[in-house]
Amino acid sequence: MTDTDTDTDTATATTQLDIERIKQDFPLLSKGFHGESIVYLDSAASSQRPSCVIDAMSGYYNYSHANVHRGVYKLAEEADRLYENARITAGKFVGAPDPAREIVFTKNATEAINLIAYSWGMHRLNEGDVVVVTEIEHHANLVPWIMLHKERGVELRVIPMRDDYLLDLDNLEEMVDGAKLVACTLMSNVLGTIPPFKKIADAAHSAGAIVVADGAQLVPHAHVDVKELGCDFLAFSGHKMLGPTGVGVLWGKAELLDSMPPFMGGGGMILDVKFEGIVPAEIPTRFEAGTPPIAEAVGLTAAIEYLDNIGMNNICRHDAELTAYTIDSLKDTFGRDITIMGPDITEDRGGVISLALKDIHPHDLAQVLDESNVCIRAGHHCAKPLMRRLGTSATARASFYLYNDTSDADRLIEALSKAASIFG
Amino acid sequence: MSSSGLEDLYREIILDHYRNPRNRGSMEVPPSQRVEAYNPLCGDEVVVYLLENNGVLEDVRIEGQGCSISQSSASLMSAAVKGKTVEETRKIISDFKKLMSIHESKLEDSTDDTQMDLDLDAMGELAALQGVVRFPVRIKCAILAWNALAQGLDEISDVSTDKTK
Repeated sequence: MTDTDTDTDTATATTQLDIERIKQDFPLLSKGFHGESIVYLDSAASSQRPSCVIDAMSGYYNYSHANVHRGVYKLAEEADRLYENARITAGKFVGAPDPAREIVFTKNATEAINLIAYSWGMHRLNEGDVVVVTEIEHHANLVPWIMLHKERGVELRVIPMRDDYLLDLDNLEEMVDGAKLVACTLMSNVLGTIPPFKKIADAAHSAGAIVVADGAQLVPHAHVDVKELGCDFLAFSGHKMLGPTGVGVLWGKAELLDSMPPFMGGGGMILDVKFEGIVPAEIPTRFEAGTPPIAEAVGLTAAIEYLDNIGMNNICRHDAELTAYTIDSLKDTFGRDITIMGPDITEDRGGVISLALKDIHPHDLAQVLDESNVCIRAGHHCAKPLMRRLGTSATARASFYLYNDTSDADRLIEALSKAASIFG
Repeated sequence: MSSSGLEDLYREIILDHYRNPRNRGSMEVPPSQRVEAYNPLCGDEVVVYLLENNGVLEDVRIEGQGCSISQSSASLMSAAVKGKTVEETRKIISDFKKLMSIHESKLEDSTDDTQMDLDLDAMGELAALQGVVRFPVRIKCAILAWNALAQGLDEISDVSTDKTK
């Protein structure tokens, strides 16, 4: 949370969210899908967005659009101002010490992590260098490092998951010993597990490694501050936090970013170009080749303002309460027929519930739930190594956000009961 | 979507083949032919074993795991083609793929076989899978085993062509 918001939103003073009021800001949720009320439980894949985000983007396109950088006319200056304001807003949202230099806009969190892997990894990592990841990562924070293993001969070490769905950190010092980079999620998109990131980051730093945080799941749902986390890079995505698709954010420590070569080449990222070579621009524009996602950045600003207005601690508490309510109801209703693949305790987990009901296949479950207009996700959730660890090829996953309430959870359980009776 | 759509998808025959799959198991390779089909999107997996003798599929076995549609379709398929000639089997595959490509709007009038160019009665239990076309995402589940079967037949033909050379 940013300094300016501490008076309305602190760890001690949280207020109950008025979900009925919040749903009104989301046309899909207040008016329905083809006129039928919908229970949207797939925010971990992508959230819905409030009208104010769409309005901000359409206002920009209607009245303020020009390309950014070096425009001399007032309209272009306005577009520049809006784009740079988005950078500051996104930076402050995650506690960046120097947002104007440390925030790079990408197209999503995946591209942000690829930027680190290509710009930092390809130049700093050599044969035999160690990169540490965890068993619960999303492919976005896994595949780029596996590709480095292939291309640079980098050795990959994997922090395993325990049977209680938390990370096994008993041998943390050994795991990070000699590592050059440690990449870890702030929250699992499958299990909801929130690893003790600070502990991992401290151990990694003691071993001389840099630390990458995949914030795609946690940044939309909780107060995240890069200084408190102790990470060197943080990646997150606009569309999972009420913003538009097509914009992601990379925060990196200024001195690290400054030491890195460009990721992609093109317009906007250079100081000078000769046929013999280029002089890259300063950070962060060095990493933003071509016309950036301007309207999307404007939409992200509106999304962050909306979230700040409600308060990240309020959202976090709401998620936790709704998750606890849902898990209790699931266990009450289905007893031993339900398996929840995620931590039992609420402190170390977010609002993501992967479940198995009897032996009903997740796809069949999602299909039956859709009949009741309950949207959940079924599949491997871009975490195939984790699926293997769980001994399955897919899970059914319900995930919550600030616009869900206990009535949504009740409809989920009602629809699950219907599935149980069909597949009895 | 009305609830009848869901009942149409999960018909009793389909659920029965899902719960009690026919011709489950493996066979020695060779003499049998083994083909795998995999849907990376959802993890559905079907392994088909074919034992062909003098142009007849003397035995068919199925292994694998996945959703009710992919697994029941594999079971229904094994029952439909076991004991059939390779040529008859190709016709059944072709009919089944036609069934899967019928636009759902034509299902309302499913008694009119001429419109669909398909004899549903002749398809027997396989016709139970026609409800799948109302759920386009699931068609690839239903068709998975059939792709493996078609590939298996091609491989059998290749082998017999080699023998005649």
